[in-house]
Amino acid sequence: MAEEKNSLLAGYRVLDLTDEKGQLCGKLLGDLGADVIKIEPPRGDPARNTGPFYKDIPHPEKSLFWFYTNLHKRSITLNLETSDGKGIFQRLVKSADFVVESFEPGYMESFGLGYAELEKINPRIIVTSITPFGQTGPYAHYKTTDIVGVAMGGMVYIYGEMDRPPNRLSCPQFYFLGGLHGATGSMVAHYHRELTGEGQQVDVSCQQAVVLSLMIVAEIWDMLKYSYRGMGPFYAGARPGGSPLFSQVIYPCKDGHVFLLVTGASQAGMVSSSRALVEMANREGMALELKDYPWQTIDAATISQEELTRLTDAIAGFIKTKTKAELSSVALEKGILLAPLTTVKDVVESPQFTARGFWQEVEHPELGATITYPGYPIKMNEAPYRVQRRAPLIGEHNEEIYEKELGFSKEQLGILKNCGVI
Amino acid sequence: MTGQVFAGLKVADFSWVGAGPQIARELAFYGATVVRIECHRWPETTRTAGPFKDGITGINRSAFTAAYNVNKYGISLDLNMSKGQEIAKKLVQWADIVSDSMSVGAMAKWGLDYESCKKIKPEIIYFSTTQMGQHGPYNKVKGYGFIGVSYAGYSHLNGWPDRDPLPLFNNYSDFISPYYLITALVAALIRKRKTGKGMYLDQSQVEVGVSFLAPSILDYMVNGRIACRMGNRDPYVAPHGIFPCSGTDCWVAIAITNDEEWQNFCSVIGNPDWTKDSRFSTMLGRKGNEDELEERIGEWTQNYTADQAMTMLQEAGVPAGVIQKAEGLFNDPQLKHREHFRFLEHKEIGVHAYQSPAYRLSKTPCSITKAAPCLGEDNEYVYKEILGLSDDEVADLLIEGVITTDTDIPEVLCGK
Repeated sequence: MAEEKNSLLAGYRVLDLTDEKGQLCGKLLGDLGADVIKIEPPRGDPARNTGPFYKDIPHPEKSLFWFYTNLHKRSITLNLETSDGKGIFQRLVKSADFVVESFEPGYMESFGLGYAELEKINPRIIVTSITPFGQTGPYAHYKTTDIVGVAMGGMVYIYGEMDRPPNRLSCPQFYFLGGLHGATGSMVAHYHRELTGEGQQVDVSCQQAVVLSLMIVAEIWDMLKYSYRGMGPFYAGARPGGSPLFSQVIYPCKDGHVFLLVTGASQAGMVSSSRALVEMANREGMALELKDYPWQTIDAATISQEELTRLTDAIAGFIKTKTKAELSSVALEKGILLAPLTTVKDVVESPQFTARGFWQEVEHPELGATITYPGYPIKMNEAPYRVQRRAPLIGEHNEEIYEKELGFSKEQLGILKNCGVI
Repeated sequence: MTGQVFAGLKVADFSWVGAGPQIARELAFYGATVVRIECHRWPETTRTAGPFKDGITGINRSAFTAAYNVNKYGISLDLNMSKGQEIAKKLVQWADIVSDSMSVGAMAKWGLDYESCKKIKPEIIYFSTTQMGQHGPYNKVKGYGFIGVSYAGYSHLNGWPDRDPLPLFNNYSDFISPYYLITALVAALIRKRKTGKGMYLDQSQVEVGVSFLAPSILDYMVNGRIACRMGNRDPYVAPHGIFPCSGTDCWVAIAITNDEEWQNFCSVIGNPDWTKDSRFSTMLGRKGNEDELEERIGEWTQNYTADQAMTMLQEAGVPAGVIQKAEGLFNDPQLKHREHFRFLEHKEIGVHAYQSPAYRLSKTPCSITKAAPCLGEDNEYVYKEILGLSDDEVADLLIEGVITTDTDIPEVLCGK
């Protein structure tokens, strides 16, 4: 097991009580080699009902969302609300390093399993709580879904068409962001624990995680008192003392769309990008009116909207005649500030991810299938990435953990099963 | 900053622009000493792009740069000069961590890539974060954030099914990549404490973006489905949308995920007759008639402010939230309670906002105390106190232009 020894978090144990709100956190710790035990209610984690599903069969053992966010983990079932369940959990906490939970604030405390109690059992324990808004505050008990959460974090207003309501991304991000920042906070606390032996509580707000993903949206308000709003296929640059400048950045091409900055001014890369693009068009007799355009003179603060639109319209006419692949291969070679808008199919077929060894084959024997997963986005030769195991079936590791590790007899397990503890 | 998690930890931060500098910022929030190396001769994009204080340009007036470099020390040094490279190597010798987000090959050109740094300090921990990673056919792709969100598939999923896709103004992958890196980096630090060994971390920001789309990727891998734009709809839930409220361009998000929430919603809006329509009494019915349903809901929401609609619905246990604008974030009572925005006085910008981490540590809170440096602001402290150079040595470096100053800013940037 040389490989396992190289894993950065090998030998550390995570007890994962989360539903869809926090599952990515344990997955990310598992990516680094931690032993993650998913503790599910006896009928299974409700997040198992989250689509999409394997072969579109809605079934708690076939959720692709669950497969991904529970990779590496082992599963036991346990009803924390029973006295036996509580006792078993407390025993597990004694030898664990992290507890990750995403219940409504106060739930764990309501039956004596809050951080204050767990700390008494194991002063080294780190308890990471991932909730939409954090453990306290006026919105602490507000209910969210992805759209509500990203909206309240400011990530909806910045996307959209001018003649429609703002829109969310068509792929949920709110709880992934919470899980990611939960893993970050857990690791900062872990470092402190390794140095001092002292554990602590990590209180995560998914809303704050969204705000941190807005680039300079908050800073634009702070400096210029302007709330950035999504403006269709344009960037809308705030201009002091004038109307915003609309720069088209999304262009339809032959088989989809590309992102493109048509610009110039002080930055050398931008001038050479625009020149290379025009040369490419000129070779095919297009955008000839831009042949010797002085890109270096463009000043975003003063260029007129009509002038910029004239430039982008000429380019748009050429872009329409080319495919994503044709455009992006020239862009790569000539340093043009253009990128294809890929679909998931394009991503899967891209030579880049394959060359990096990004994809991971994961066997699902009970489905008779091998599924290709996105791997780990950081290469570390000294600690190579390893998928520990596919996501567990409900209670798949009850025997392994309850019998072999905690020493329960088969008879005792029968009793626990019968009274709804496991 | 003793008593903090990373007190005593030292970072030589050669990263720049968006994704890279956020990584060392997190360590600096918890007590690490971070020295950011920049050069007046090629100020990074964020210093020239703004937003600038009062809209007046200037390389020290951009809140874009300030945001990711708070709590750090800033020096100016020309890495294209061999003496500049020598000084940089002294910083590597001093540091526990070297941070790189330059284009592939730039650090090697200066003799500051991982292999070179390892010779200077074998136990160094070194990370690189770029759009595509260090290797592969696309590794030289220009490092702008739009690359990440385009190549990873985000833009294609932003917008409406009947319209073209939309850009992501916030270059989203630049703002999730840092946190992946930090988790692995802290694990590498602990490994070093245990084994004495350093290591190299090579991040692809586009791969981070793809990881955050994993359910859609698996849906394609297994079911062959290519995820598409859905506006504000959801495949499984109705109503699920963004509805107009009173005021200009004000909206509320509402998602009703089960029958109980639906009943509660109907009570809040006073159980008008249309809610008794049997077509709306089940989730399948609501989903099947969502156009009409959402129009009805909009007729109700437009009578209230977004805040009123959210409060009424949340009090009844219905998921609802205001579409927060940038201005609203600063007034949001929950973000205020969490002290998300902290205000510090920057030398040229004056008092302005910095964002704090999304998590709170109960025993070792973050400490946000030092406004981001102007370019070269901490030269005196870093060159003399940290690197131990004499007054004469520093003077020579200034005269030779190795340590750069405001006079080295390219004219084209000064004139603006």
